[in-house]
Amino acid sequence: MATTHHEVLSPAIDAPQTGSLDVYKIREDFPILKQKVNGKPLVYLDNAATSQKPQVVLDALSHYYTADNSNVHRGVHELSQRATKSYEDVRAKVQHFLNARESREIIYVRGTTEAINLVAMTHGRNNIGAGDEIIITAMEHHSNIVPWQLLCEEKGAVLRVAPINDNGELRLDELEKLINPRTKFVAVAHVSNALGTINPVRQIVELAHRANVPVLIDGAQAAPHIRIDVQALDCDFYTLSSHKIFGPTGVGVLYGKAALLEAMPPYQGGGDMISSVTFEKTLYNVIPYKFEAGTPNIAGVIGFGAGIDYVNRVGLEKIAAYEHELLTYATEQLATIPGLRIIGTAKEKAAVLSFVLEGVHPHDAGTILDQEGIAVRTGHHCAQPVMNRFGIPATTRASLAFYNTREEVDALVRGIKKVQEIFA
Amino acid sequence: MSDLHGLYQEVILDHNKKPHNFRAMAEANRRAEGFNRLCGDKVTIFLKMDGEQINDVSFQGSGCAISTASASILTDAVKGKTRAEAESLFQTFHDLVTGHDGGNGKKPQPAPLGKLAVFSGVSEYPARVKCASLAWHTLRNALQGSQELVSTETEEQIPGEIR
Repeated sequence: MATTHHEVLSPAIDAPQTGSLDVYKIREDFPILKQKVNGKPLVYLDNAATSQKPQVVLDALSHYYTADNSNVHRGVHELSQRATKSYEDVRAKVQHFLNARESREIIYVRGTTEAINLVAMTHGRNNIGAGDEIIITAMEHHSNIVPWQLLCEEKGAVLRVAPINDNGELRLDELEKLINPRTKFVAVAHVSNALGTINPVRQIVELAHRANVPVLIDGAQAAPHIRIDVQALDCDFYTLSSHKIFGPTGVGVLYGKAALLEAMPPYQGGGDMISSVTFEKTLYNVIPYKFEAGTPNIAGVIGFGAGIDYVNRVGLEKIAAYEHELLTYATEQLATIPGLRIIGTAKEKAAVLSFVLEGVHPHDAGTILDQEGIAVRTGHHCAQPVMNRFGIPATTRASLAFYNTREEVDALVRGIKKVQEIFA
Repeated sequence: MSDLHGLYQEVILDHNKKPHNFRAMAEANRRAEGFNRLCGDKVTIFLKMDGEQINDVSFQGSGCAISTASASILTDAVKGKTRAEAESLFQTFHDLVTGHDGGNGKKPQPAPLGKLAVFSGVSEYPARVKCASLAWHTLRNALQGSQELVSTETEEQIPGEIR
């Protein structure tokens, strides 16, 4: 497999439109992209919802079930040892992907949502009490709002929300003002799913740490696009989802500093998370296993590992550069359409284009674009407070990945013009 | 493109631009709100009932063209009708947009479609059935005097349960 991808990348150096990344060769790795939808070539622009999977990920899943399927951390038999090795090897891959200090700081979960809930229900419950405050931002996904609301309700704590400006950028000065002696936790998105804004997370961590407040970064939207270094960020927790980084659904990661993880109580009880059980007393396993009760998503983790390998082979820096170029092109092209307003125009932005069309509801735009084979998301993107901030019920969102092309952006522009024709 | 014109017929686009009976009604004696969590569509239906008779009906809200036009045409269709006639129209409309033939024999004779026929294209777009039916579910709640928020989510997840 590895050789295939080196071949994919090497001739791409002088590809004209894409800098150092040959998007047409990359596309060959994603079998799903070859299909037609409603008679038109599929234009998949819903990558912030979930990314497509390269063949190597599909192969890894298939290989595991075909050759190695077995439970992990249990059997002395060959298959179990193979499964355990593959499963644990991925932990080291994730460690390097995030530049974590140790692999035991990597906890497998179902996804970002579960990772945040885990932190709220363990670290949060242990450290946050009545009258204490938790700071989030106005651009959070519901999954980084509701777990904290649940905790606040349970403990009588208070949720404080740092505002954003009209470009969809965090008001860092306002966030700083919110930090006070009652502040016990800060939870922020690295990249906003609805707006594309990249938050100054390093600065946020610095501000919070000055007041000895731990910080969780929701990296669900960042991990596929930005090189993450949790040691450089010095964040206390970082969360991500495999399915947004070209891996399978149902797998995610909670990174936490070892000392914090060790101090936290277990999240769920069951097999694998214990070191000994009697009816009088159960001793918990060490981290990361303390947080991994029950048979995990073994195949998913292994597929996730293949996804990380794939991204590493292409190169996150190349991906980021290519996507930035594509975002610039798409932003320019959309700007030529009268009656179109882009929601989220931050200076630092990932490849997300949320927009509204005068006189057209996003849901109608989405249906018409779908007839053109173009997959976009319409709605509030699980970020209703963001929609309220901009006084709109919903947007149409095109979110790009490194397998998208300029031709696809052109198809989007043509599709939007068709929408406007119908609603003229 | 003929597909899309099946969904976005002129009548629908006209009602979307200039919805009929689009106002709050101070003298309403029944009122219900509907919400589609998925796309954020909201509608409030106001009724002025005189016994079993719908003397006046209006709506307010925000939503896509399908949901706005559906609410607008609904108000035209049920004004002056009895509760039973409106119920019958609900069934007719529901069968139309879900593509069910509705024929289990136990149901009342379906009401004639009339203007509602412009929604016949909706059944080809499963993702849009909720948009078209939101106002009708809300009307039904208003007729039944239920103050509960209508959400078209649950109903569409369990097809067939609506009837």
